[in-house]
Amino acid sequence: MSLTHTAEKRIGAARADAPGLIRWLSEFTLIWKILSIALFAGAWELAGRSGFNFSFPTFSDTVAALWEMAVDGSLGAAYLRTLEPLVIGLAFSLIVGISAGIAMGLRHDVEWFSLPIFIVMQAAPMAALIPLVTFVYGIGLTAKVLAVVMLAMPVITINSYKAVRNVPPSLVSMCHSFMGSRQQQILHIIIPAASPMMFAGLRLGVAEGFSGVVLAELLITPTGIGDLITFHRSIANFAHMYATIVSIVLFAIVTVGSLQWLETALFRPEKRSSQ
Amino acid sequence: MSIAMQIETENAVPAASNPIIEVKGISKIYGSDIVALENIDLAFEEGQLTSLLGPSGCGKTTLLKIVAGLLKPSHGEILVKGKKVHGPGPERAFVFQDFALMPWANVMQNVAFGLKMQGVGKAAREDTARHYISEVGLSGFEQKFPHQLSGGMRQRVGLARALAVNADVLLMDEPFSAVDEQTRRKFQEDLMRLREVEKKTFLFVTHSIEEAVYVSDRIVLLSPRPGRVSQIIDPDIPQDIGPDELRRNDVYLDTVESIWHGIKKYVE
Ligand SMILES: Nc1ncnc2c1ncn2[C@@H]1O[C@H](COP(=O)(O)OP(=O)(O)OP(=O)(O)O)[C@@H](O)[C@H]1O
Ligand SMILES: [Mg+2]
Repeated sequence: MSLTHTAEKRIGAARADAPGLIRWLSEFTLIWKILSIALFAGAWELAGRSGFNFSFPTFSDTVAALWEMAVDGSLGAAYLRTLEPLVIGLAFSLIVGISAGIAMGLRHDVEWFSLPIFIVMQAAPMAALIPLVTFVYGIGLTAKVLAVVMLAMPVITINSYKAVRNVPPSLVSMCHSFMGSRQQQILHIIIPAASPMMFAGLRLGVAEGFSGVVLAELLITPTGIGDLITFHRSIANFAHMYATIVSIVLFAIVTVGSLQWLETALFRPEKRSSQ
Repeated sequence: MSIAMQIETENAVPAASNPIIEVKGISKIYGSDIVALENIDLAFEEGQLTSLLGPSGCGKTTLLKIVAGLLKPSHGEILVKGKKVHGPGPERAFVFQDFALMPWANVMQNVAFGLKMQGVGKAAREDTARHYISEVGLSGFEQKFPHQLSGGMRQRVGLARALAVNADVLLMDEPFSAVDEQTRRKFQEDLMRLREVEKKTFLFVTHSIEEAVYVSDRIVLLSPRPGRVSQIIDPDIPQDIGPDELRRNDVYLDTVESIWHGIKKYVE
């Protein structure tokens, strides 16, 4: 009890003076997070020890494997390879997807022309098309970047488009009534008003991008993380395989989570002061 | 039909001596067949408070938005100080029924928004905004965000924003409809005081006959679709009596009664 108490105080203190990301993280009740992680780790450990499946490692073995790969440099090298198509693909998806979405939301001619394309792209199971990409673009970096873009861009675009469409018309009128130019309207009203929904799309898109890169590395040619997973599976190093999978899942969660922080920092000052 | 209307308006409208805004032959047709307004002729005198009154859907908001330049009329024109206008202008400021505050901006930024659009520098616009924030009684709330304010306070922010650009004419669409009765009375008194202090022209949409009679120099009664001017009333209420006395004043009660009779035929 008293331990909880001091911990809470410490979090409270961190919240008061720590800026940015740390403060944002501490706003979640840290105690509960640690508890649920501990519970999950315990269950995993027990399941691993029960030996219900020969390929399922214990939690402690997985952590040890993760540590080993981190120290011998294989994990770092794999991430460097994987990050290349991921970062290029996501950057392209973000820039083109957001611009296209905003343009479709603002202009009826652009909407008429390109909305159907993105609706089809979003509805189609893009992962099924990844093997086709290799026929045209080979098995190099281009194909993998394209896999990321194919999965990430549609949801980013569609959400940006819907976000712009959902901007309250009275805010737009308000800007017009004070003689704001079209440019001021977009900059000062439409983009900040659309940002919550737009960022929801970004989070989904970035998550899809992670799927895209891992799929590409498993389906096209094994490189980076995909290679690490395939390799350790082939030599029955299951703890290492699980450790790799866990690491990429955690990495995706942290990346998507920091997007939320970025949104609050950039566009939503009222959420920071809402306590 | 238009003859009948002319006769009605002719004997009702005393010639405006110094109109700051003139509405000439305005019609508005939504889509192809919804006639919201038909051939409206009106003049609003400088320094006066005019109310637009009429049953729901008769085109009050439409008329106000056309005057503001936010909507294009199907026919007719709007003159401001004798000049034809085609869109919003610095002489007119709009107070929105739903406040239209930016949720991501604090009170200061919201109030200063109009000035920012006009290119006024940060320090200057914040000085002006601060003045009007205190004018509407919100000093100390400059750093608060809209979701931290009550409905009445949000409407005050909208009012301060409109005042801050120093327009001659304030166009208000049911500004007090979202607040409770006490706040509403307080607002009405504030509005009358503002008219004295700021010497502005007000154009004011309301659903409440009592409110219209209480605050207006002139009341324009619109008929339901198609919206036309059905009656113009200049309440002749003694100027020097207080608000409580006024609500028991005979002229006040008679005016409310006669408007109610005029409007009843549409409601039934
Ligand atoms: N964008 C629009 N498209 C089509 N019809 C519209 C539109 N806006 C308003 N109308 C119609 O025009 C008429 C007048 O609308 P308006 O909003 O001006 O009425 P109002 O007098 O302000 O009503 P209320 O008192 O309910 O606010 C209504 O019958 C409405 O249905
Ligand atoms: Mg209305």
